[in-house]
Amino acid sequence: MNFVRIAIAIAVGGMPVSAQPLLTGVWASLQHEDQIERGPGPELGDYLGLPVNDAARLRAESWDPSRLTLQEHQCRVHIVSYIYRGPLNLRIWDEKDPETQQLIAIHNYISTYEQSRTIWMDGRPHPSPNAPHTFMGFSTGKWEGDMLTVNTTHIKMGWLRRNGLPESDQATLTEHFIRHGNYMTHVSLIADPVYLTEPLIRTEDFVLAAQDAANWLWPCEYVEEILNRPKGQVPNFLPGKNPFLKEFPARFGIPEETALGGAETMYPEYQRKLKTMPRPGGKK
Amino acid sequence: MKGLLVVLAASFSLSAQDIEVLPVQGSVYMLAGAGANVTLQVGRSGVLLVDTPAPALSGKVIAAIRKLSEKPVRYIINTAADADHVGGNESLAKVFGSATEVSVVNTPGATATQTVAILAHQKLLDRMSAPGASRPPWPTVAWPTDTFVGDEKEVYYNGEGIQILHQPAAHTDGDSIVYFRRSDVVSAGDIFNATSYPVIDLERGGSLQGVIAGLNRILDLAIPAHHEEGGTYVIPGHGRICDEFDVLEYRDMVTIIRDRIQALIKNGMTLEQVKAARPTLDYDPQYGAATGAWTTDMFVEAAYRSLTRKK
Ligand SMILES: [Zn+2]
Repeated sequence: MNFVRIAIAIAVGGMPVSAQPLLTGVWASLQHEDQIERGPGPELGDYLGLPVNDAARLRAESWDPSRLTLQEHQCRVHIVSYIYRGPLNLRIWDEKDPETQQLIAIHNYISTYEQSRTIWMDGRPHPSPNAPHTFMGFSTGKWEGDMLTVNTTHIKMGWLRRNGLPESDQATLTEHFIRHGNYMTHVSLIADPVYLTEPLIRTEDFVLAAQDAANWLWPCEYVEEILNRPKGQVPNFLPGKNPFLKEFPARFGIPEETALGGAETMYPEYQRKLKTMPRPGGKK
Repeated sequence: MKGLLVVLAASFSLSAQDIEVLPVQGSVYMLAGAGANVTLQVGRSGVLLVDTPAPALSGKVIAAIRKLSEKPVRYIINTAADADHVGGNESLAKVFGSATEVSVVNTPGATATQTVAILAHQKLLDRMSAPGASRPPWPTVAWPTDTFVGDEKEVYYNGEGIQILHQPAAHTDGDSIVYFRRSDVVSAGDIFNATSYPVIDLERGGSLQGVIAGLNRILDLAIPAHHEEGGTYVIPGHGRICDEFDVLEYRDMVTIIRDRIQALIKNGMTLEQVKAARPTLDYDPQYGAATGAWTTDMFVEAAYRSLTRKK
């Protein structure tokens, strides 16, 4: 650890608290991991390595990208469990009680969609199930050694992958922020009782930036993207009618069944099964 | 105001522990835990309720209201003629007024007559007063006192305009959406039931298209504050406090399911074949039910019958 550690033992109720590595600073997103999915975007019909169920598959099959042209969809935000994967600049700072210097919250400002996120560190409970959900959800955190662990509930509906795979508004998120010098690893575990059969674990890396980066300014404003569309129309593909889903397995020589993902495709053992499966185009 | 409180609530338990009071925005609160959500508007003029839960819960609802205000209850607005939305009309109207005399606070000897107006669309009154052979009418004291027959009724109360917007042939034929213009909150009733597939009561004039039209009307009313979040809040008939985006996802779901069932009907499928095709499969883990008052089967059947019904 070659960064300066601020090692001030703060007496809290007479108990010394060990110092935590500060996450404070401006962090730039490194896109080397899962770059194709995160940059240009995933292929339609590529659910590989995701523990999705049949309900998630049908939603993705029905998803027509033109849905994003509807006025209310145009300004939707990447939900908290996805937003760290996009191109973003992330500013993190601590909020402390001015009198006692106890940590109240760790704040995130995420440049994409101008999202402000608060991670409460003061032990407060999560709100009632009847409280509203937001794109960033409601987060509480605690330091576990050198790792910040965050639990988030009250997240809005969003996507697991930008090809229509959904994440329901019943999902909960556990995150770990781990600093290694000028780098930070963000680990997320999504549990979704509606669309996942097992938790989905993903990671992204960040590098400390020397200066604050440009941010988006002003909230999104919708425009009319499709003229004369009948009111209330929702673009979607009827089951079995999506013409694009087979392109991915055909192009990459992957069995169609494999492309549909599922928990099994997350694990290394699946490679052995894959060797026995016929590939499109007769390859093995 | 203590004297008034005692007069109004003397015969009810004041325990409100099972009813959760959630501030929504401006003057509007949501009471959760009484079956259907109860919307409350509280201000300098008094108290207004949207929907009233089962009589057994009236005491708890009253206690919850009295935590926020001891002023008179002037209006009850009903969004639908279901027991979970009008069931407390009688007991609450009795307690809160119904032409009873109350003493005027700090004015010795003076009394005033307090009444509670129950507002709803005329069709809702019809469903309560003449529900047909299969169910008994509601007692007259539970009926709406002020009805309207057009698209809309407007009242001004607690410093804001309130629009009661009739949505024809939706959940039933007597549904209204209530829009609090200054607080910027929509109380949607069962046109937007965030915990299940929409309940389409064909027997009482409901239709699938009407529910979709109602959801689109809410989208028209709602303006998000920032990136499709916040701004106008929406209280569903059942479920958590929502905003436009939540209604949007729900509207998309009902519309997509409509498109699928419509296509299956066009292909000549019978109701049993449509059910077997599972047109709701992708939404069932969240909204479906195999048992209970409104199962997935019942929803698909109502949607099918609604779409195949002769106009
Ligand atoms: Zn209801």
